[in-house]
Amino acid sequence: MNIKSRLIDHQGFQRTLTRLAHEILELNKGSETIALVGIRTRGEFLARRLAEKIQEIEHRELQVGFLDITLYRDDLRGKLNQPILKGTDIMFDIAGKNIILIDDVLYTGRTVRAALDALIDLGRPATIQLAVLVDRGHRELPIKADFIGKNCPTSPNEEVRVLMQEIDGEDAVVLVEKGRA
Amino acid sequence: MALASRHLLGLEGMSKQDIQLILDTATSFREILDRPIKKVPTLQGKTIVNLFFESSTRTRTSFELAERRLSADVVNFSAEASSVRKGESLKDTVRNLEMMKIDMVVIRHAAAGAAHFLSRVIDANIINAGDGSHEHPTQALLDMYTLREKLGAIEGHHVCIVGDISHSRVALSNIYGLQTMGARVSVCGPKTLIPRCIDQLGVQVYYNIDDAIRDADVLNVLRIQNERHGGTLFPTTREYRRYFGVTRERLEASKKKILIMHPGPINRDVELSADVADGEQSVILQQVLNGVAIRMSILYLLGTHT
Repeated sequence: MNIKSRLIDHQGFQRTLTRLAHEILELNKGSETIALVGIRTRGEFLARRLAEKIQEIEHRELQVGFLDITLYRDDLRGKLNQPILKGTDIMFDIAGKNIILIDDVLYTGRTVRAALDALIDLGRPATIQLAVLVDRGHRELPIKADFIGKNCPTSPNEEVRVLMQEIDGEDAVVLVEKGRA
Repeated sequence: MALASRHLLGLEGMSKQDIQLILDTATSFREILDRPIKKVPTLQGKTIVNLFFESSTRTRTSFELAERRLSADVVNFSAEASSVRKGESLKDTVRNLEMMKIDMVVIRHAAAGAAHFLSRVIDANIINAGDGSHEHPTQALLDMYTLREKLGAIEGHHVCIVGDISHSRVALSNIYGLQTMGARVSVCGPKTLIPRCIDQLGVQVYYNIDDAIRDADVLNVLRIQNERHGGTLFPTTREYRRYFGVTRERLEASKKKILIMHPGPINRDVELSADVADGEQSVILQQVLNGVAIRMSILYLLGTHT
């Protein structure tokens, strides 16, 4: 992996998550009506972390679910490697809830489009709000995040990678050259 | 990850890895079947023809539901109501259908090898839904899925297939699949219904049902197919039931609780007594439910195969 620069380091990562947790609670006036849904794979771990932070602040259990959007993708046929289904795991009723949809990087907006369709097939939430760790621009669809960890203007031949303790052994966000190693 | 072939013709020669992928992927689809909206847009724009030259309710309905739940466009074709009755050959029928821009064909045919033949003459993905007495791969896959769901693993378990082995495509596909996955497979039935040389497949033969019940973890009970052999291979159905019928008394005589499967349709009180079919050891209705998930998994893996 050819790292050009570190956008967020370990400490910044924790601070960003804490700020996002507070922002979500502020806008929703507490955690009573909300539930978190992370988009697999990294959104899943971000959702778990955010849930921990929110529970620390509010001292109440929070519902957390995970969404696999593979079946809703618009590029399934063009892909060389067939993605493995990881399964959707949302054990609660999303109807009437304020759903905080969580992903690591917001880029073209196509993943979020697929996630919105997938969520609405599960029920009718009161609202869906989008929280992302990094917004790197270059949208191809009219989609915008409600909670953003960091805005990072990038060029299309760069790639933003979110590293997480659970998968990569460290918490960080890095910018790498495309054509990855 | 993708399957090695763009068709599903049979389980003979299919790798352990591919079977595993189909079963694992089916778990995701099984969850979709419990949702309020049981539909995903994955195969939008794909056209699938269900080409059934033999009657079927379960398999055809199961395939059609799986196709619709993946948002594919579905065309049903049954031989009775088609030009096949006017003498059109299989090759001409499918070539004509192919010109109408179809993407996948699910075929059931009385001739062994019909699906293999189609895969050579047209470009669409072919799924074998039963070819003569040869193979019925989706049935064996859903049997294995159900077995894995109930017993936790396939490997190391002993499955005995009971009944009309000679005329059964379900038996052959199960033998291939289960052996690849590391299970022990045996068959049980009267000598007239057991193919000669079946031991060459590495399958143990029981001629006594009580011995089979004593040794096996799972009984996969097959239907007595009177329409295929005209009832000449054993004296009466009553005698068959007496010697090979799976009954509550026989199951209770064995200490352990074995699993009872049946691919349907059941001849109640012939190969399987009614109280066993409806009893707590029976997973027959779960097999039907899992069948839709397995077929969605296969359609997804083949339909998005590049």
